[in-house]
Amino acid sequence: MTITTEKPLVQIEGLHKYYGNHHVLRGIDLTVNQGEVSVVIGPSGSGKSTMLRCVNLLETISAGRISVGGDLIGYREVKGRLHDLKSKEIAAQRREIGMVFQRFNLFPHKTALQNIMEAPVQVKGQSKTVARKRALELLDRVGLGDRAGHYPSQLSGGQQQRVAIARALAMDPELMLFDEPTSALDPELVGDVLNVMKDLAKSGMTMIVVTHEIGFAREVGDRLTFMDGGVVVESGDPREVLANPQHPRTKEFLSRVL
Amino acid sequence: MDSHQDSQAAPVLNDAVPVRHPGRWVSAIIIIGVLVGFVQSLVTNPRFRWDVVGTYILDTKVVQGVAWTLVLTFASMVLAIILAILLAFMRQSDNPVFRWSSWTWVWFFRGTPVYTQLLFWGLIAVLYPKISAGVPFGPEMFSMDTSTVVTATVAAILGLGLNESAYLAEIFRAGLKSVDSGQMEAAEALGMGKTKIMWRIILPQAMRVIVPPTGNETIGMLKTTSLVLAVPFTLDLTFATNALANRIYLPIPLLIVAAFWYLVITSILMVGQHFIEAHYGKGVDNRVPAAINPAAAKASAAVAPSAEAEPDLKMDFPEEEAK
Repeated sequence: MTITTEKPLVQIEGLHKYYGNHHVLRGIDLTVNQGEVSVVIGPSGSGKSTMLRCVNLLETISAGRISVGGDLIGYREVKGRLHDLKSKEIAAQRREIGMVFQRFNLFPHKTALQNIMEAPVQVKGQSKTVARKRALELLDRVGLGDRAGHYPSQLSGGQQQRVAIARALAMDPELMLFDEPTSALDPELVGDVLNVMKDLAKSGMTMIVVTHEIGFAREVGDRLTFMDGGVVVESGDPREVLANPQHPRTKEFLSRVL
Repeated sequence: MDSHQDSQAAPVLNDAVPVRHPGRWVSAIIIIGVLVGFVQSLVTNPRFRWDVVGTYILDTKVVQGVAWTLVLTFASMVLAIILAILLAFMRQSDNPVFRWSSWTWVWFFRGTPVYTQLLFWGLIAVLYPKISAGVPFGPEMFSMDTSTVVTATVAAILGLGLNESAYLAEIFRAGLKSVDSGQMEAAEALGMGKTKIMWRIILPQAMRVIVPPTGNETIGMLKTTSLVLAVPFTLDLTFATNALANRIYLPIPLLIVAAFWYLVITSILMVGQHFIEAHYGKGVDNRVPAAINPAAAKASAAVAPSAEAEPDLKMDFPEEEAK
């Protein structure tokens, strides 16, 4: 499908997450190679979104380690002891990781163009001219070149999500996280968003995609991971896992969604 | 309408008999009757002394009083807004010292009457004759007389502004909390720092919730300035008209003069508030007229996008895709 190397970009090792006494993630291991599209599926409450949110520290990590591009996320290790990173250092790590949310989370008081320009100008210090040119290119790329001056409320859900993808791409991240990007969309709008994601995958972007779109996993995914109850139940080539699931829980889940 | 529908005969519009509203007519007659009676009394009752109202409405003392009332209102509101933003941010901070300080400030200034606070600021020079800076129990770096720094004007502005900051802090806090948490997450995920997120993402959206009650508070402040005689500050509108009334033994016409000016200022403030609300409602509130009237939406969409948008961009209203 896509050109992947054996060089790991993301390494999640022994990841645990507690909310109080609630043990949501119970030891997750996941490796994503450079250029790979890693699709994560599973029933709601399985912890797949929580795992994704740990990768850019929208959730704190209770136990275990995550590294992206060789850098430990959220911590610095000094003499075998972990130290929390300062919020500025965390912000710097997040710049390399783009995130797309289920509810889009576009800034409603800014136009599509302003949404995309915001971070390059404010965070990277790009000039407005450069940022505007790039933002318009990105809008063209997601098929919304004629919607630059529209506010999010004037766009459909599918259009908003494509602007959100363009907004994340404007920071030139090395990794893109998709948290159920099509779950809040009307069925007829899902295709446009998936097409943008497919193009992105073809261009060699490393992606972790939490989704319910089994078709997308089969067609675009390089690896499919099935999570349930806070653990990875099964992981492998998407076509193999989907055609011939090994674990009974995977079989049961797939029988209900396929 | 597309050509498919043009080929068909135009539908016959329903011609239904509307519901009658006799109550509206009855209430209109009663209210108009009362109004006419009131206006008649205004004209015919000589005790209003409209001639005196006319004499004093543009009196130098009165106009100066209006100016001072405006100065006090704006200066104390500006001070209060700056403090309130700071207090609201502190209240949301990770730093427990900030959270606690903010809470205590609001507790104190909201928990004591503004009149008492104004009296205190008036007496501050009695309490602390000298202001000095230095290390506690250590050497002193400079010192000056309190009465030269805290004049009546300064005392009035401090008294009104600090008290108001406590109320505004709560309004701002509610506003910040009203913004969807996804906005904070989206901005964080883009690598924005906390200060930038607050000023550029959260606060502009919170302003939609903050502006209406703040406008209310500003109008309240306009009238609270009449309490500054506690300091004592003696140049504001209420004090000026009272002084004139006491001189000529005619309180009613001068109360009317004062009420007239307060009404004028309030009306102007309301117009200003309308424009501020329209500014911060951008992208959210403009959705409603767009849905009802596509032509107006098209016109406003062509005007609304700010300097960020290319002037030559197509601004078509998104017809079928719009939610």
